Amino acid sequence: MAAKRSMDELRERVVLGEFGVRNVHTTDFPGNYPGYDDAWDQRRFEEAFRVDVVREEDGVLEFDMVGIDAAIANAFRRILLAEVPTMAVEKVFVYNNTSIVQDEILAHRLGLIPIRADPRLFEYRNQGDEEGTEIDTLQFQLKIKCSRNPQAAKESSDPNELYFNHKVYSKHMTWVPLGNQTDLFPDADFRPVHDDILIALLRPGQEIDVLMHCVKGIGKDHAKFSPVATASYRLLPDITLLQPVEDEAAETLQKCFSPGVIEIQNIKGTFFPAVKCLVPNKS
Amino acid sequence: MAESGERKAALEMVQADGTDGNCVTFVLHDEDHTLGNSLRYMVMKNPDVEFCGYCITHPSESKINFRIQTRGSLPAVEPFRKGLNDLMGVCQHVLDTFEVRLLPEELRSFLDQERQRTFDAESLIAFSGILCLTLV
Repeated sequence: MAAKRSMDELRERVVLGEFGVRNVHTTDFPGNYPGYDDAWDQRRFEEAFRVDVVREEDGVLEFDMVGIDAAIANAFRRILLAEVPTMAVEKVFVYNNTSIVQDEILAHRLGLIPIRADPRLFEYRNQGDEEGTEIDTLQFQLKIKCSRNPQAAKESSDPNELYFNHKVYSKHMTWVPLGNQTDLFPDADFRPVHDDILIALLRPGQEIDVLMHCVKGIGKDHAKFSPVATASYRLLPDITLLQPVEDEAAETLQKCFSPGVIEIQNIKGTFFPAVKCLVPNKS
Repeated sequence: MAESGERKAALEMVQADGTDGNCVTFVLHDEDHTLGNSLRYMVMKNPDVEFCGYCITHPSESKINFRIQTRGSLPAVEPFRKGLNDLMGVCQHVLDTFEVRLLPEELRSFLDQERQRTFDAESLIAFSGILCLTLV
Protein backbone atom coordinates (compact mmCIF):
# COMPACT_ATOMS: atom_id res chain seq x y z
CA MET A 1 0.00 0.00 0.00
CA ALA A 2 2.81 2.38 0.89
CA ALA A 3 4.61 1.38 -2.28
CA LYS A 4 1.55 2.23 -4.35
CA ARG A 5 1.22 5.58 -2.58
CA SER A 6 4.81 6.49 -3.26
CA MET A 7 4.41 5.33 -6.85
CA ASP A 8 1.38 7.62 -7.24
CA GLU A 9 3.37 10.45 -5.73
CA LEU A 10 6.19 9.85 -8.23
CA ARG A 11 3.71 9.94 -11.09
CA GLU A 12 1.49 12.80 -10.06
CA ARG A 13 3.28 15.18 -7.74
CA VAL A 14 6.13 17.67 -7.96
CA VAL A 15 7.82 17.77 -4.56
CA LEU A 16 9.42 20.86 -3.03
CA GLY A 17 12.48 19.70 -1.14
CA GLU A 18 14.71 21.81 1.06
CA PHE A 19 17.31 22.46 -1.62
CA GLY A 20 15.42 21.96 -4.83
CA VAL A 21 12.38 20.67 -6.64
CA ARG A 22 12.02 16.93 -7.29
CA ASN A 23 9.87 14.86 -9.67
CA VAL A 24 9.60 17.65 -12.17
CA HIS A 25 9.59 15.72 -15.43
CA THR A 26 6.58 13.83 -16.71
CA THR A 27 7.25 10.12 -16.34
CA ASP A 28 3.86 8.52 -16.94
CA PHE A 29 4.66 7.13 -20.37
CA PRO A 30 3.77 3.57 -21.45
CA GLY A 31 6.25 1.03 -20.14
CA ASN A 32 7.70 3.08 -17.29
CA TYR A 33 5.45 1.74 -14.53
CA PRO A 34 4.40 -1.92 -14.51
CA GLY A 35 0.72 -2.32 -13.91
CA TYR A 36 -0.24 1.13 -15.22
CA ASP A 37 -1.72 1.65 -18.67
CA ASP A 38 -0.31 5.01 -19.70
CA ALA A 39 -1.03 4.91 -23.43
CA TRP A 40 -2.88 7.93 -24.76
CA ASP A 41 -6.64 7.56 -24.50
CA GLN A 42 -8.69 10.47 -25.78
CA ARG A 43 -11.81 9.34 -23.94
CA ARG A 44 -10.02 9.05 -20.60
CA PHE A 45 -8.53 12.49 -21.14
CA GLU A 46 -11.94 14.00 -21.96
CA GLU A 47 -13.49 12.48 -18.86
CA ALA A 48 -10.79 13.75 -16.54
CA PHE A 49 -10.25 17.19 -18.08
CA ARG A 50 -12.03 20.25 -16.76
CA VAL A 51 -11.58 24.02 -16.75
CA ASP A 52 -12.49 26.10 -13.67
CA VAL A 53 -12.44 29.87 -13.96
CA VAL A 54 -10.97 31.40 -10.79
CA ARG A 55 -11.08 35.08 -11.72
CA GLU A 56 -12.45 36.87 -14.76
CA GLU A 57 -12.08 40.65 -14.83
CA ASP A 58 -11.63 43.27 -17.49
CA GLY A 59 -7.97 42.61 -18.25
CA VAL A 60 -7.26 39.51 -16.18
CA LEU A 61 -8.30 35.89 -16.64
CA GLU A 62 -7.21 33.21 -14.19
CA PHE A 63 -8.37 29.64 -14.62
CA ASP A 64 -7.43 26.11 -13.58
CA MET A 65 -6.98 23.35 -16.14
CA VAL A 66 -7.19 19.99 -14.41
CA GLY A 67 -6.03 16.81 -16.12
CA ILE A 68 -3.63 18.23 -18.68
CA ASP A 69 0.12 17.87 -18.87
CA ALA A 70 2.55 20.76 -18.43
CA ALA A 71 3.89 20.28 -21.98
CA ILE A 72 0.52 21.16 -23.54
CA ALA A 73 -0.20 23.95 -21.06
CA ASN A 74 3.18 25.46 -21.83
CA ALA A 75 2.49 25.25 -25.55
CA PHE A 76 -0.72 27.25 -24.98
CA ARG A 77 1.24 29.83 -22.97
CA ARG A 78 3.86 30.18 -25.72
CA ILE A 79 1.18 30.54 -28.38
CA LEU A 80 -0.59 33.25 -26.35
CA LEU A 81 2.60 35.26 -26.09
CA ALA A 82 3.94 34.86 -29.61
CA GLU A 83 1.38 33.66 -32.12
CA VAL A 84 -1.98 35.28 -31.45
CA PRO A 85 -2.36 38.16 -33.92
CA THR A 86 -3.27 41.75 -33.05
CA MET A 87 -3.28 45.13 -34.76
CA ALA A 88 -0.52 47.60 -33.94
CA VAL A 89 0.96 50.74 -35.48
CA GLU A 90 3.62 49.78 -37.99
CA LYS A 91 4.28 52.84 -40.18
CA VAL A 92 4.23 56.43 -38.94
CA PHE A 93 4.13 59.21 -41.54
CA VAL A 94 5.49 62.31 -39.82
CA TYR A 95 4.17 65.49 -41.39
CA ASN A 96 5.23 67.80 -38.61
CA ASN A 97 6.98 67.10 -35.34
CA THR A 98 8.40 70.11 -33.56
CA SER A 99 8.19 68.49 -30.14
CA ILE A 100 11.22 67.58 -28.11
CA VAL A 101 10.61 63.86 -28.74
CA GLN A 102 12.60 62.63 -31.74
CA ASP A 103 10.69 61.21 -34.71
CA GLU A 104 11.94 57.66 -34.27
CA ILE A 105 11.32 57.66 -30.52
CA LEU A 106 7.82 58.96 -31.13
CA ALA A 107 7.23 56.27 -33.77
CA HIS A 108 8.51 53.59 -31.39
CA ARG A 109 6.18 54.75 -28.63
CA LEU A 110 3.20 54.87 -30.98
CA GLY A 111 3.94 51.31 -32.10
CA LEU A 112 3.72 50.01 -28.56
CA ILE A 113 0.24 51.44 -27.93
CA PRO A 114 -2.34 48.59 -27.88
CA ILE A 115 -5.15 49.11 -30.40
CA ARG A 116 -8.72 47.97 -29.81
CA ALA A 117 -9.43 46.32 -33.17
CA ASP A 118 -10.45 42.72 -33.87
CA PRO A 119 -7.60 41.29 -35.98
CA ARG A 120 -9.98 38.74 -37.51
CA LEU A 121 -11.56 41.59 -39.51
CA PHE A 122 -8.28 42.25 -41.31
CA GLU A 123 -5.84 40.36 -43.50
CA TYR A 124 -2.10 40.17 -43.17
CA ARG A 125 -0.29 42.65 -45.37
CA ASN A 126 1.52 41.05 -48.32
CA GLN A 127 5.27 41.11 -48.05
CA GLY A 128 6.79 43.91 -50.11
CA ASP A 129 3.55 45.89 -50.20
CA GLU A 130 4.44 49.39 -49.06
CA GLU A 131 1.13 51.14 -49.63
CA GLY A 132 -1.37 48.88 -47.91
CA THR A 133 -5.02 48.52 -48.86
CA GLU A 134 -8.22 48.86 -46.89
CA ILE A 135 -8.42 45.16 -46.07
CA ASP A 136 -5.11 45.07 -44.27
CA THR A 137 -4.57 48.57 -42.89
CA LEU A 138 -6.13 50.72 -40.18
CA GLN A 139 -5.29 54.41 -40.30
CA PHE A 140 -5.06 56.73 -37.30
CA GLN A 141 -4.23 60.41 -37.08
CA LEU A 142 -2.60 62.31 -34.26
CA LYS A 143 -2.74 66.07 -34.77
CA ILE A 144 -2.22 68.26 -31.76
CA LYS A 145 -0.74 71.68 -31.09
CA CYS A 146 0.14 73.24 -27.77
CA SER A 147 -0.77 76.86 -27.10
CA ARG A 148 -0.53 79.30 -24.22
CA ASN A 149 -3.56 79.95 -22.05
CA PRO A 150 -4.30 83.69 -22.07
CA GLN A 151 -6.54 83.40 -18.99
CA ALA A 152 -3.85 81.91 -16.74
CA ALA A 153 -2.90 83.72 -13.54
CA LYS A 154 0.30 85.74 -13.80
CA GLU A 155 2.34 83.97 -11.11
CA SER A 156 1.11 80.41 -11.63
CA SER A 157 3.68 77.77 -12.51
CA ASP A 158 1.31 74.85 -13.00
CA PRO A 159 1.56 73.67 -16.61
CA ASN A 160 -2.07 72.43 -16.49
CA GLU A 161 -3.13 76.05 -16.01
CA LEU A 162 -0.61 77.76 -18.24
CA TYR A 163 -0.93 75.71 -21.43
CA PHE A 164 -3.57 74.00 -23.56
CA ASN A 165 -2.85 70.47 -24.88
CA HIS A 166 0.58 70.20 -23.33
CA LYS A 167 0.16 66.49 -22.63
CA VAL A 168 -0.41 64.26 -25.65
CA TYR A 169 -2.46 61.21 -24.64
CA SER A 170 -3.53 58.19 -26.67
CA LYS A 171 -7.09 59.51 -26.57
CA HIS A 172 -6.00 62.19 -29.06
CA MET A 173 -5.52 59.47 -31.72
CA THR A 174 -8.48 59.44 -34.12
CA TRP A 175 -9.47 56.78 -36.62
CA VAL A 176 -9.36 57.83 -40.30
CA PRO A 177 -11.34 55.32 -42.41
CA LEU A 178 -9.67 54.13 -45.61
CA GLY A 179 -11.59 53.30 -48.79
CA ASN A 180 -14.82 51.50 -47.97
CA GLN A 181 -14.08 50.97 -44.28
CA THR A 182 -16.94 53.28 -43.26
CA ASP A 183 -19.36 50.90 -45.02
CA LEU A 184 -17.62 47.72 -43.86
CA PHE A 185 -17.45 48.80 -40.22
CA PRO A 186 -20.38 51.19 -39.61
CA ASP A 187 -20.52 50.63 -35.84
CA ALA A 188 -16.86 49.98 -35.32
CA ASP A 189 -15.01 51.98 -32.74
CA PHE A 190 -11.32 51.62 -33.49
CA ARG A 191 -9.21 53.31 -30.88
CA PRO A 192 -6.37 52.58 -28.47
CA VAL A 193 -7.34 50.26 -25.63
CA HIS A 194 -6.37 52.79 -22.96
CA ASP A 195 -7.10 56.51 -23.26
CA ASP A 196 -4.56 57.68 -20.76
CA ILE A 197 -1.25 56.56 -22.23
CA LEU A 198 1.04 59.59 -22.23
CA ILE A 199 2.78 59.83 -25.60
CA ALA A 200 4.68 63.13 -25.40
CA LEU A 201 4.86 66.49 -23.64
CA LEU A 202 4.61 69.77 -25.53
CA ARG A 203 5.14 73.46 -24.90
CA PRO A 204 3.51 76.40 -26.70
CA GLY A 205 4.38 76.48 -30.37
CA GLN A 206 5.22 72.78 -30.60
CA GLU A 207 2.98 70.48 -32.54
CA ILE A 208 2.73 66.87 -33.63
CA ASP A 209 1.03 65.94 -36.90
CA VAL A 210 1.41 62.29 -37.83
CA LEU A 211 -0.53 59.67 -39.76
CA MET A 212 -0.24 56.04 -38.57
CA HIS A 213 -0.85 52.79 -40.42
CA CYS A 214 -1.74 49.76 -38.27
CA VAL A 215 -1.22 46.27 -39.60
CA LYS A 216 -1.89 42.77 -38.34
CA GLY A 217 1.07 40.92 -36.89
CA ILE A 218 2.14 38.34 -34.31
CA GLY A 219 4.36 38.55 -31.25
CA LYS A 220 7.09 36.46 -32.90
CA ASP A 221 7.65 39.32 -35.34
CA HIS A 222 7.68 42.17 -32.80
CA ALA A 223 6.65 42.25 -29.16
CA LYS A 224 4.22 45.10 -29.82
CA PHE A 225 1.94 42.56 -31.51
CA SER A 226 1.71 40.37 -28.42
CA PRO A 227 -1.89 40.57 -27.15
CA VAL A 228 -1.11 39.65 -23.55
CA ALA A 229 0.85 41.64 -21.02
CA THR A 230 1.87 38.35 -19.56
CA ALA A 231 0.64 34.77 -19.68
CA SER A 232 1.95 32.34 -17.13
CA TYR A 233 1.01 29.06 -15.59
CA ARG A 234 1.91 27.19 -12.43
CA LEU A 235 1.12 23.77 -11.06
CA LEU A 236 -1.61 23.71 -8.43
CA PRO A 237 0.00 23.28 -4.99
CA ASP A 238 -0.99 20.46 -2.66
CA ILE A 239 0.04 21.08 0.94
CA THR A 240 0.14 18.20 3.45
CA LEU A 241 1.13 18.79 7.06
CA LEU A 242 3.41 15.91 8.00
CA GLN A 243 3.71 16.56 11.74
CA PRO A 244 1.19 17.82 14.30
CA VAL A 245 1.62 21.53 15.03
CA GLU A 246 -0.04 23.27 17.98
CA ASP A 247 -0.84 26.68 19.45
CA GLU A 248 1.86 29.33 18.88
CA ALA A 249 3.67 27.22 16.34
CA ALA A 250 0.36 27.03 14.46
CA GLU A 251 0.16 30.80 14.24
CA THR A 252 3.74 31.04 13.02
CA LEU A 253 2.90 28.47 10.38
CA GLN A 254 -0.11 30.48 9.30
CA LYS A 255 2.05 33.57 8.87
CA CYS A 256 4.47 31.68 6.62
CA PHE A 257 1.85 31.26 3.92
CA SER A 258 -0.22 33.78 1.96
CA PRO A 259 -3.30 34.90 3.92
CA GLY A 260 -6.14 32.46 3.51
CA VAL A 261 -4.12 29.31 2.88
CA ILE A 262 -3.96 28.03 6.47
CA GLU A 263 -6.79 28.45 8.95
CA ILE A 264 -6.52 27.77 12.67
CA GLN A 265 -9.07 25.38 14.07
CA ASN A 266 -9.88 25.15 17.76
CA ILE A 267 -10.28 21.49 18.73
CA LYS A 268 -10.85 20.80 22.41
CA GLY A 269 -9.07 23.91 23.59
CA THR A 270 -5.86 23.55 21.57
CA PHE A 271 -5.32 25.31 18.28
CA PHE A 272 -4.49 23.25 15.22
CA PRO A 273 -3.74 24.52 11.76
CA ALA A 274 -5.63 23.13 8.79
CA VAL A 275 -5.06 23.79 5.14
CA LYS A 276 -8.11 25.74 4.07
CA CYS A 277 -7.73 27.11 0.61
CA LEU A 278 -5.02 26.24 -1.90
CA VAL A 279 -5.42 29.22 -4.21
CA PRO A 280 -5.97 32.32 -2.11
CA ASN A 281 -7.37 35.33 -3.91
CA LYS A 282 -4.44 37.58 -3.27
CA SER A 283 -1.64 35.50 -4.78
CA MET B 1 1.55 33.83 -40.99
CA ALA B 2 1.94 36.04 -44.05
CA GLU B 3 2.61 34.14 -47.26
CA SER B 4 6.22 34.47 -48.42
CA GLY B 5 7.34 34.65 -52.06
CA GLU B 6 8.50 31.02 -52.40
CA ARG B 7 7.36 28.34 -49.99
CA LYS B 8 10.08 26.53 -48.11
CA ALA B 9 9.48 22.90 -47.23
CA ALA B 10 7.97 22.68 -43.76
CA LEU B 11 9.12 19.14 -43.12
CA GLU B 12 12.00 16.91 -44.21
CA MET B 13 12.73 13.31 -43.37
CA VAL B 14 16.20 11.96 -42.75
CA GLN B 15 16.52 8.21 -42.41
CA ALA B 16 19.39 6.60 -40.57
CA ASP B 17 21.52 4.27 -42.76
CA GLY B 18 21.05 0.57 -42.27
CA THR B 19 17.55 0.78 -40.84
CA ASP B 20 14.28 0.09 -42.55
CA GLY B 21 12.16 3.10 -41.76
CA ASN B 22 11.50 2.57 -38.08
CA CYS B 23 14.14 5.09 -37.04
CA VAL B 24 13.65 8.52 -38.62
CA THR B 25 14.63 12.11 -37.89
CA PHE B 26 12.14 14.72 -39.06
CA VAL B 27 13.45 18.22 -39.64
CA LEU B 28 10.64 20.72 -39.00
CA HIS B 29 11.24 24.25 -40.28
CA ASP B 30 9.85 27.37 -38.56
CA GLU B 31 9.05 25.48 -35.38
CA ASP B 32 10.27 25.66 -31.81
CA HIS B 33 9.48 24.28 -28.35
CA THR B 34 5.81 25.19 -28.80
CA LEU B 35 5.22 22.30 -31.19
CA GLY B 36 8.31 20.26 -30.29
CA ASN B 37 7.61 19.64 -26.61
CA SER B 38 3.86 19.10 -26.95
CA LEU B 39 4.29 16.75 -29.91
CA ARG B 40 7.04 14.85 -28.09
CA TYR B 41 4.65 14.29 -25.16
CA MET B 42 1.89 12.97 -27.44
CA VAL B 43 4.25 10.66 -29.37
CA MET B 44 5.77 9.31 -26.13
CA LYS B 45 2.27 8.31 -24.98
CA ASN B 46 2.20 5.81 -27.87
CA PRO B 47 3.19 2.33 -26.62
CA ASP B 48 4.76 1.45 -30.00
CA VAL B 49 7.40 4.15 -29.65
CA GLU B 50 10.75 3.14 -28.22
CA PHE B 51 12.43 6.53 -28.36
CA CYS B 52 11.21 10.05 -29.05
CA GLY B 53 13.05 13.30 -28.61
CA TYR B 54 13.56 16.69 -30.18
CA CYS B 55 16.26 19.31 -30.15
CA ILE B 56 16.74 22.79 -31.52
CA THR B 57 19.83 22.62 -33.72
CA HIS B 58 20.88 26.23 -33.11
CA PRO B 59 18.97 28.99 -31.35
CA SER B 60 19.47 31.34 -34.28
CA GLU B 61 17.77 28.96 -36.70
CA SER B 62 14.11 28.20 -36.23
CA LYS B 63 14.15 24.51 -36.98
CA ILE B 64 13.94 21.40 -34.83
CA ASN B 65 15.17 17.84 -35.26
CA PHE B 66 12.44 15.47 -34.15
CA ARG B 67 13.53 11.83 -33.84
CA ILE B 68 11.24 8.81 -33.50
CA GLN B 69 12.33 5.18 -33.08
CA THR B 70 9.65 2.50 -33.02
CA ARG B 71 9.62 -0.98 -31.62
CA GLY B 72 9.62 -3.75 -34.23
CA SER B 73 9.14 -2.81 -37.84
CA LEU B 74 6.43 -0.17 -37.62
CA PRO B 75 7.38 2.75 -39.91
CA ALA B 76 8.17 5.83 -37.85
CA VAL B 77 5.78 7.97 -39.87
CA GLU B 78 2.82 6.23 -38.24
CA PRO B 79 3.41 7.35 -34.63
CA PHE B 80 4.30 10.81 -35.99
CA ARG B 81 0.97 11.06 -37.79
CA LYS B 82 -0.91 9.65 -34.80
CA GLY B 83 0.83 12.11 -32.46
CA LEU B 84 -0.17 15.05 -34.65
CA ASN B 85 -3.77 13.87 -34.86
CA ASP B 86 -3.95 13.24 -31.11
CA LEU B 87 -2.54 16.70 -30.44
CA MET B 88 -5.23 18.21 -32.66
CA GLY B 89 -7.85 16.23 -30.74
CA VAL B 90 -6.53 17.48 -27.40
CA CYS B 91 -6.48 21.10 -28.55
CA GLN B 92 -9.98 20.86 -30.00
CA HIS B 93 -11.35 19.39 -26.79
CA VAL B 94 -9.60 22.02 -24.65
CA LEU B 95 -11.03 24.74 -26.90
CA ASP B 96 -14.57 23.32 -26.67
CA THR B 97 -14.43 22.94 -22.88
CA PHE B 98 -12.97 26.42 -22.52
CA GLU B 99 -15.62 28.04 -24.73
CA VAL B 100 -18.43 26.37 -22.81
CA ARG B 101 -16.92 27.38 -19.48
CA LEU B 102 -16.63 31.02 -20.52
CA LEU B 103 -20.15 31.42 -21.87
CA PRO B 104 -22.35 33.83 -19.92
CA GLU B 105 -24.36 32.19 -17.13
CA GLU B 106 -27.79 32.29 -18.84
CA LEU B 107 -26.49 30.77 -22.07
CA ARG B 108 -24.76 27.98 -20.16
CA SER B 109 -27.90 26.99 -18.24
CA PHE B 110 -29.90 27.10 -21.50
CA LEU B 111 -27.38 24.71 -23.12
CA ASP B 112 -27.56 22.38 -20.11
CA GLN B 113 -31.36 22.28 -20.42
CA GLU B 114 -31.12 21.52 -24.14
CA ARG B 115 -28.68 18.71 -23.44
CA GLN B 116 -31.02 17.30 -20.79
CA ARG B 117 -34.00 17.38 -23.18
CA THR B 118 -32.12 15.62 -26.02
CA PHE B 119 -30.92 13.00 -23.52
CA ASP B 120 -34.50 12.32 -22.49
CA ALA B 121 -35.60 12.09 -26.13
CA GLU B 122 -32.78 9.66 -26.93
CA SER B 123 -33.57 7.42 -23.98
CA LEU B 124 -37.25 7.41 -25.04
CA ILE B 125 -36.33 6.33 -28.56
CA ALA B 126 -33.98 3.63 -27.23
CA PHE B 127 -36.66 2.31 -24.87
CA SER B 128 -39.32 2.19 -27.59
CA GLY B 129 -36.82 0.41 -29.86
CA ILE B 130 -36.19 -2.28 -27.25
CA LEU B 131 -39.95 -2.57 -26.71
CA CYS B 132 -40.54 -3.17 -30.44
CA LEU B 133 -37.82 -5.81 -30.54
CA THR B 134 -39.24 -7.71 -27.53
CA LEU B 135 -42.75 -7.59 -29.03
CA VAL B 136 -41.50 -9.05 -32.30
